[in-house]
Amino acid sequence: MVAELEFEKPLIELRKKISELKEFMKTTDVDLSSEIEKLEARLAKLENDIYANLTPWDRVQIARHPNRPTTLDYIERLFTHFLECHGDRCFGDDEAIVGGIAKYDGLPVTVIGHQRGKDTKENIRRNFGMPHPEGYRKALRLMKQAEKFHRPIICFIDTKGAYPGKAAEERGQSEAIARNLFEMAGLTVPIVCIVIGEGGSGGALALGVGNHIHMLENSTYSVISPEGAAAILWKDASLARRAAETMKITADDLKELGIIDEIIPEVRGGAHRDVDQQAAEIDKVLKRSLTQLLKLDGEALVRQRYEKFKQIGQFTFLHDNLRVK
Amino acid sequence: MWKDLFTKKKKYASIPSEQMRHEVPEGIMTKCPKCKKIMYTKELIKNLRVCMSCGYHHTMPSRERINSLLDEGSFHEYDADMISVNPLQFPGYMEKLEEDRRKSNLNEAVITGEGTLNGHPLVIAVMDSAFRMGSMGSVVGEKITRAIEKAGERHVPFLIFTASGGARMQEGVLSLMQMAKTSAALKRFSDEGGLIISVMTHPTTGGVSASFASLGDYNFAEPGALIGFAGRRVIEQTVREELPEDFQTAEFLLKHGQLDAVIHRHDLKDTLTTVLDIHHRGGEHGWWQN
Ligand SMILES: [Zn+2]
Repeated sequence: MVAELEFEKPLIELRKKISELKEFMKTTDVDLSSEIEKLEARLAKLENDIYANLTPWDRVQIARHPNRPTTLDYIERLFTHFLECHGDRCFGDDEAIVGGIAKYDGLPVTVIGHQRGKDTKENIRRNFGMPHPEGYRKALRLMKQAEKFHRPIICFIDTKGAYPGKAAEERGQSEAIARNLFEMAGLTVPIVCIVIGEGGSGGALALGVGNHIHMLENSTYSVISPEGAAAILWKDASLARRAAETMKITADDLKELGIIDEIIPEVRGGAHRDVDQQAAEIDKVLKRSLTQLLKLDGEALVRQRYEKFKQIGQFTFLHDNLRVK
Repeated sequence: MWKDLFTKKKKYASIPSEQMRHEVPEGIMTKCPKCKKIMYTKELIKNLRVCMSCGYHHTMPSRERINSLLDEGSFHEYDADMISVNPLQFPGYMEKLEEDRRKSNLNEAVITGEGTLNGHPLVIAVMDSAFRMGSMGSVVGEKITRAIEKAGERHVPFLIFTASGGARMQEGVLSLMQMAKTSAALKRFSDEGGLIISVMTHPTTGGVSASFASLGDYNFAEPGALIGFAGRRVIEQTVREELPEDFQTAEFLLKHGQLDAVIHRHDLKDTLTTVLDIHHRGGEHGWWQN
């Protein structure tokens, strides 16, 4: 069963009431059909109201839904012949990131993504999708390989962040992330990045230097988690709801800030309600992206990526406050 | 990362308060946070702010850093008047910027420009923790990116001194993206053969340590500098791992293979001169030429 979220409670109650009435009608002779009809109309309206007016905090909840589809769910549906390739050839294999080669509608590609677990056991193995340096180094190894064989790269972004741990620091978490940003900027093949869940800080960005960046409608991308922001701003992590609004972390916000290219619509209520349908929505945007990017040669791809990131940011000059870029 | 530096204030109260004292109105006396000795600020400055008694490296303001390294009168500043706006309409951000401008006498958390170091022309960027903890927002990202591009145009090395609590929260995801922007600029510069030297000073954490600070052809650090991605407290809380006392210090990073060298501030100019000299292009004659 799909776990329901807090903001969906009014819907749950209404649905329960409707099914109760239906049940009651079956066991008695009382005709409640007009009553049921009315309630169903109300339900439809309420669903529209709720899902059309999701707050940033609602979206954070959807993005973190335990059943939200992961990288491997999409790989299975969007690609054929996926061969997972393990290891950074240096220290180990970080299962918080998966990657490998596959075909996308016949086209050879390299696919990489953060990977959360579906249950506690898998989450422990995958460290809740929070990579160590070797995860980023594996990703980079696969990206360099893609470049060698002229394959486009598709990155799925879905992490709370890079893992904050002792071993991660010892093995150079900073350097591993920095190296990915640096090297991705220079790759001569198309890179399409899709944020499918949480895009948490540098740990997300380390797979995020793409020619095109897209976000699922209910995914988030931020410099710090709402809880973290609330703790700093108001010394109270429980004010995360407010921080989620202040920090501008939704797909709409990122589009407005000129960072992402397309918002991929989600199945009503969130991607977890119909993974096949969601994969089909991603497919449309991915196909369009790659079709455009495959027209560019290596040099043009690097230039386009450079310009894309170069224009991100807002500033002015002390004696010319009108010159806002 | 960010969070940590703020909450840390309580725990290591001596570090920020020491920084505060070095912001514009200079006290006559300075107390060393490490050995607790009290000394004349003037003498401390003369000694490049290295404690005469214990060798502790006090925070060095960006202008002093530039003066201590570059040949007199050679420095020409870039984008001095570039300032932040409030892209997220973040409550209180403009006031905080205004306050820091006044207190630190800086327009932003980095100074960029060109000059010569013992005759070697270069582009230099120096971050300053006196302004918003040296955090990186749009202006810091843009100024550094422009400086790297200038180094590329001029075919001169790029030298950066980092000091930062990480990405600037008040500019949200725009701050995060500056990591990619600056790294992309370094990649282009590097591919053209440009020399990148990074010197990490206290503190270099979060989004800055995970971007340009770690991307030098040479990554150096000052003794005792705090350098790391995640904050110590975050690690302690989330992982409940015991952390060694020297965790995330320059010496710790050196031991774990993350740095080329830890360099005493008194040796810095000589070391940089050597590196620049070894990378000096053309004009050298010797037995290897026939
Ligand atoms: Zn001392």
